[in-house]
Amino acid sequence: MAIVARGFTGRGRSDPALPPGQYLTQDFPVLSAGPTPRIDTSRWQFTLATETGERQSWTWEQFLALPSEDVTVDLHCVTKWSKLGSHWTGVPLEEFLGELDTSAEYASVSSYGGYTTNLPVEDLLGGQAWIAHRYDGEDLTPEHGGPARLLVPHLYLWKSAKWIRGIQLLIEDEPGFWETAGYHNYGDPWREQRYWGD
Amino acid sequence: MTHTDGNLLAGPLRAILGVDLTTAQGTCDGCGARGPIASALVYGPEPGLVARCPSCENVLLRIVQTADRAWLDLRGLTSIEVALA
Ligand SMILES: [Zn+2]
Repeated sequence: MAIVARGFTGRGRSDPALPPGQYLTQDFPVLSAGPTPRIDTSRWQFTLATETGERQSWTWEQFLALPSEDVTVDLHCVTKWSKLGSHWTGVPLEEFLGELDTSAEYASVSSYGGYTTNLPVEDLLGGQAWIAHRYDGEDLTPEHGGPARLLVPHLYLWKSAKWIRGIQLLIEDEPGFWETAGYHNYGDPWREQRYWGD
Repeated sequence: MTHTDGNLLAGPLRAILGVDLTTAQGTCDGCGARGPIASALVYGPEPGLVARCPSCENVLLRIVQTADRAWLDLRGLTSIEVALA
């Protein structure tokens, strides 16, 4: 295997797995914008709604019955920490969106507790996004978004909505909680899209 | 993570607005409760400061700050009453 040296900077070699401006962390910091919702799986429900008002819901049992995947992904938080090689189990979004009749290009993700975030529908497809219910071999704790959270590791972590409750498909984009308050509408860590205008 | 003191809002609000708003009386757009801004439940400071109503947890205000810019959202407050000297 060839060893390729790249990412050489004035301060020394940067880790090629780290997007610009990020530093490596081993722990898993918890940031929150409100009280942590405690959602019993007996009353948990995930609802997908299309732009025409069609709705489909899954109970916890129905959700767990869907084929899930074990994935190892890198996480990049806009507050500049990155965590590499984290292990998750989740259901790929294709399982929910796959057979849907929709021409919507945008998705608004909503959470228990009132949080929202937005992203293009295509970023939810193609093996890039999961609804995760296990982290590091354990059930996902409420602090990290349990019982289930969105996982879209190719975007900054605020897009990976904790305590996911639903996804609304939209013809027109609808900026979410942080996206309406200065954070970038798309949030690609490799292009360092942290704030408006980045 | 739990919330912190509402006085955490004082510095950022002063930096943006140039006045001390922590003693101002805010009215919650969610439940109508009225009280000093400093009594809000504050989460953050990262990725942003989020102040919530102590009665109903509605978001009263949000502040996102970078080295050279700040965003202030006051949507959750129907009014702010400020005492004039
Ligand atoms: Zn209130």
